[in-house]
Amino acid sequence: MKDQRFKIAHKEALIGIGLVIINFAIWYGFAYGLGSGDPTEYKYVFGFPAWFFYSCIVGTVFMIVLVWVVMKLFFTDVSFDDEEVDK
Amino acid sequence: MHEQVIFPLILFLVIIFGIGIWANKHVRSSNSFLQEYFLGGREMGGFILAMTMIATYGSASSFIGGPGVAYNKGLGWVLLAMAQLPAGYFVLMILGKKFAIIARRYQAITLIDFLRERYKSHVIVIFSAISIIVFLFSAMMAQWVGGARLIESLTGLNYTAALFIFAISVLAYVIIGGFRAVALTDMVQGTIMVIGTVILLIGTIVAGGGIENIMAALVAENPNLISPFGAEGELTPLYVSTFWILIGVGVVGLPQIAVRAMSYKDSKSMHLAIIIGTIAIGTIMFGMHLIGVLARPVMPGIEIGDKVMPLLTLKVLPPFLAGIVLAAPMAATMSTVNALLMLVSSTVVKDIYLNYVKPTASDTEIKRASFIVTTVIGLAVVIFALNPPDLLIWLNLFAFGGLEAVFIWSVVLGLYWKKANKYGAIASMITGMTLYIVIDRFYPSVFGMHTVTIPILTSFLVFVIVSLLTAHKFKDEKLFI
Repeated sequence: MKDQRFKIAHKEALIGIGLVIINFAIWYGFAYGLGSGDPTEYKYVFGFPAWFFYSCIVGTVFMIVLVWVVMKLFFTDVSFDDEEVDK
Repeated sequence: MHEQVIFPLILFLVIIFGIGIWANKHVRSSNSFLQEYFLGGREMGGFILAMTMIATYGSASSFIGGPGVAYNKGLGWVLLAMAQLPAGYFVLMILGKKFAIIARRYQAITLIDFLRERYKSHVIVIFSAISIIVFLFSAMMAQWVGGARLIESLTGLNYTAALFIFAISVLAYVIIGGFRAVALTDMVQGTIMVIGTVILLIGTIVAGGGIENIMAALVAENPNLISPFGAEGELTPLYVSTFWILIGVGVVGLPQIAVRAMSYKDSKSMHLAIIIGTIAIGTIMFGMHLIGVLARPVMPGIEIGDKVMPLLTLKVLPPFLAGIVLAAPMAATMSTVNALLMLVSSTVVKDIYLNYVKPTASDTEIKRASFIVTTVIGLAVVIFALNPPDLLIWLNLFAFGGLEAVFIWSVVLGLYWKKANKYGAIASMITGMTLYIVIDRFYPSVFGMHTVTIPILTSFLVFVIVSLLTAHKFKDEKLFI
């Protein structure tokens, strides 16, 4: 018997990997993309250096929103008990 | 020390104590003692699950050590700390529903139960049990010492008295209340950690005259403090990136975290916990480390990093608020220690005693054994913490990354890869642990990466190769995965 719940579980684990890759890309891209120059010539956003603002603040807020959206749209409710599924 | 600072701390201990007594009622009335005592009856809802995850994960180092390092290295260390964000969502997504379903099917109480059923190997059970007991015992001792030092510095009591206050308050609720008490107190402790972080962050920004002023002061002192590369330019992108393995995705392999992924009630709880956990861990890690950096212009010249957070709190906040904020590192330490104590105890009772010493033990005997084992381990940690032996201090260095290297692939590949077998698992566990210790001792930051990187990558390759080479022995085996 192929457990349909495992198909769902596998899909969700892949989504987890996808999210980490996106998370890492935002974090790395903004930090070293904007932060590699001379620190005395940094641009500032709301008082923070731009690299820090986008990588650590916007990036984190974006990930939280993304995780929330993913939970609502792509994660499925399943039962964990075998008996209920067999019925 | 001001009385108003002590008051919230005492109130906090009283609440924690009450929860232990309340949870004990469940332990006494439950008809499945093991599942209740070591997993809280698999009844955790989303909020509790999120909080127990982040409280177990966030330890004294998130509140005391981390901000101290950020104070000296600048914003680059906050960047590094943000590699912990995935710990909020990744663990629950990867172990996820599959782990929850299979753990129920195997009736697993501990992580090792799962490994035993999956691989059917005594070598794996014993090797895992020894790693957990040895490394987490030493980790517990280190946290215990940290907790006592904290009480010592806040109250002015001597170390021994502080240690006993800390030990008695933790042991009491863990022993009588089991996992349910641990999870519920984690909920209180996790909440205090988040609130404490927010209060202190605001207090520090105000005391420093706003972000712009603070940043200007940092640039005036050393412009590198606001770069991603650290005060001396020592944080290379490669080095910082490898922390994603240690404190981000590798967390999947920590037994004290993984066991929580089989203790929740239903899939709704898991979905909610992923959202709340990500918000909470993001707030704590971002807030506490940024606080460390902002503290530099507010309180210049602190030489011992660990003192930054307590001194800053007492300086920028009124006494009563300072008490609440200082309860946060206490909470972080306690919530880590209680999870470790529960885990080591369950390993001894369920994985050693019930597997190898007395498989026929009656319910009464199991109950008695559980209380006795938890008490004895707890007291043993206290005795060692009075005068920490060098060996345990040394072992503690490997507790985090070493355990990840041992468990991550046995758990993850065991869940998702049908060809994963016991030979691959044993080979990868031994490779992971050995490499971790060898690299850490002889070639720290080899190729400019954190120690954990090579052991984790190599143990993956070893696992896959050995499993494929021995695959012909497992052709007829029926698997649940």
